Amino acid sequence: MIADLLSPALILILGAGLVPFLRGKAKSVYLLLLPAAVWLLLLSLPEGRACTGEFWGYTLVFCRVDKLSMVFGYIFCIMTFLGLLFALQVKDDLQHTAALVYAGSTLGVIYAGDFLTLYIFWEFMAVSSTFLILASRTREARDAGFRYILVHLIGGLFLLAGIVLYVQTRGTLEFDYIGLDGAGSWLIFIGIALNAAAIPLHAWLPDAYPMGTPSSTVFLSAFTTKSAVYLMARTFPGAAPLIWIGAIMVFVPIFYAVLENDIRRVLAYSLLNQVGFMLCGIGIGTALALNGAVSHAFCHILYKALLFMAAGSVLHMTGKIKCTEIGGLYKTMPLTCLFCMVGAASISAFPLFSGFVSKSMVVSASAHEKMAVVWLILQFASAGVFHHAGIKVPFFTFFGHDSGIRTREPPWNMLLAMGLAAFMCVGLGIFPDPLYRILPFPVDYVPYTGAHVIGQLQLLMFGALAFALLILSGYYPPEIRSTNLDADWFYRMFGRGAYRVLDQGLNTVNARAEQWVRTLSTGLSVVFQNMTSGLLLFFAVNGWALLGYRGKRLEMKKYRLYADVQKGSLPIGFGAAVATVFIFLIFVCT
Amino acid sequence: MALFDKPKNVSRLLFLFYCSLILLLLAELFIHKHNAFPWEESFGFFAVYGFVSCVLLIFLAKILRLIVMRRENYYDR
Repeated sequence: MIADLLSPALILILGAGLVPFLRGKAKSVYLLLLPAAVWLLLLSLPEGRACTGEFWGYTLVFCRVDKLSMVFGYIFCIMTFLGLLFALQVKDDLQHTAALVYAGSTLGVIYAGDFLTLYIFWEFMAVSSTFLILASRTREARDAGFRYILVHLIGGLFLLAGIVLYVQTRGTLEFDYIGLDGAGSWLIFIGIALNAAAIPLHAWLPDAYPMGTPSSTVFLSAFTTKSAVYLMARTFPGAAPLIWIGAIMVFVPIFYAVLENDIRRVLAYSLLNQVGFMLCGIGIGTALALNGAVSHAFCHILYKALLFMAAGSVLHMTGKIKCTEIGGLYKTMPLTCLFCMVGAASISAFPLFSGFVSKSMVVSASAHEKMAVVWLILQFASAGVFHHAGIKVPFFTFFGHDSGIRTREPPWNMLLAMGLAAFMCVGLGIFPDPLYRILPFPVDYVPYTGAHVIGQLQLLMFGALAFALLILSGYYPPEIRSTNLDADWFYRMFGRGAYRVLDQGLNTVNARAEQWVRTLSTGLSVVFQNMTSGLLLFFAVNGWALLGYRGKRLEMKKYRLYADVQKGSLPIGFGAAVATVFIFLIFVCT
Repeated sequence: MALFDKPKNVSRLLFLFYCSLILLLLAELFIHKHNAFPWEESFGFFAVYGFVSCVLLIFLAKILRLIVMRRENYYDR
């Protein structure tokens, strides 16, 4: 049956092939129809395993359909639609194709029920996302893309090594819950953690994501990290290290976000912080915590994309995105400003916005398990998120000091994409039930209680008070054009050092070896040249002496023969004669 | 003149903001709490925690800046 082979991944990946052949309106319509087709397919997928195959005696499962994979399937499909809509005005086919392959391979990862399928789509994801970074076609983007792919290939190798060990011990390629036991599972864990940008394997994300084009970064923000969150939730729920990795991730990046000057890098750091909430929830591992992690991933994809779209719109219209260069844009981009503030309210988990109904599940789960320190860290981070993503991003972009830039709203498709995302952020915040219904475990969680709403509002608003007082008093750290060192310092410096070592070390060896070979070969050629002429002269001179040549004539003949041998201009007969003499001598001697 | 170019509008906004803070504190008196941790009992815990968190965040960030900040083209030597 052909329908069995129609996996959601293949629609997008194969569909990407047609993009370069279409122009104008037809291309726009085609781009938007692809995710629509995926959506229809998702709705018709039957529960259980579909599209299975055989490979060297192992069972492959292209399409594992259960509640966990479907949540991520839905949101990635929605996100593909929004991302393509936002990027419609882009003329660059490379970006559209890479985006479709990227989104498709992420769906492949989500629905893969075996490690071979997973690994292939995993690497497709790494390569296609690199092209989204390169799509900017600047030198910085090229360098960042290069570092990005190197890091991801290393992560892929960890995953592959883990898979090999896994298959060795379990005898199957299929996977579900793995749990941390033994070297193989740890290698798989590290491979996935790298894609989830888990600290300390996070530095590729704030390094590379802000280098994309205004619209490609929107794609990047959604897929890689959240597909890794999905895999963590499937393979390592309740893994204790994830609680602390998550707890560190929620608070360390916010310090960087406060200092960072590039708005898209601020958002990249806040992405790390949000993934921290998800990983922490997965680490806690109760039904409530896992529901929280999954629903938070769902909501996060929407509002983070919305924030990156707002930043992308500003970059698209003004060509600038650094705090020191922009400001006061609410005057000319009021709608973008409004959408950005909806995204900011959602990420800050304001009541009636989407973050509130999902993040609080993770926080409540930590309270249920009586994890006081984790709970305090999560609350600290909640206030911190509002501070840097909720206030700083809209404030320095659209308000703050007036940069004098006067621009217009972005094209209709960008506004529409932002409008739809903002609508969903508010919709999920007010009516969380549709989301709660598709979560992996039954939900009996009520986000809107008086204590919760008032507590959360106090936390946020008094955090805002701190911001207001610090800004008004001038104590708030000023925006400065700068680079803030992060963990990528190590591999950048390692790379530079390794390059220097290899450059100087190997090139020295190379030069020495060349020198030796040259001396040796020159020496040898001189020896052999002189040996032949010496031998030849020896026989010839004796012959000539017998024939009665003497004095000047002999000298003359000797000189001419020597010159002939050295230049190689000897008659062939001479060589043949010498050879015959040698053969005769060998014959006689042996 | 746009909306926030007038200092009067800014101070109006700040006034509304301060009012909302007081309302939030008052609202706490009328809600039923169901706490997981003992410290949630105390009045205005979340308000104090949110405020202290953000001040601490900025304070520590300023220290961090002393350690990690380099010039913008640090890596492009």
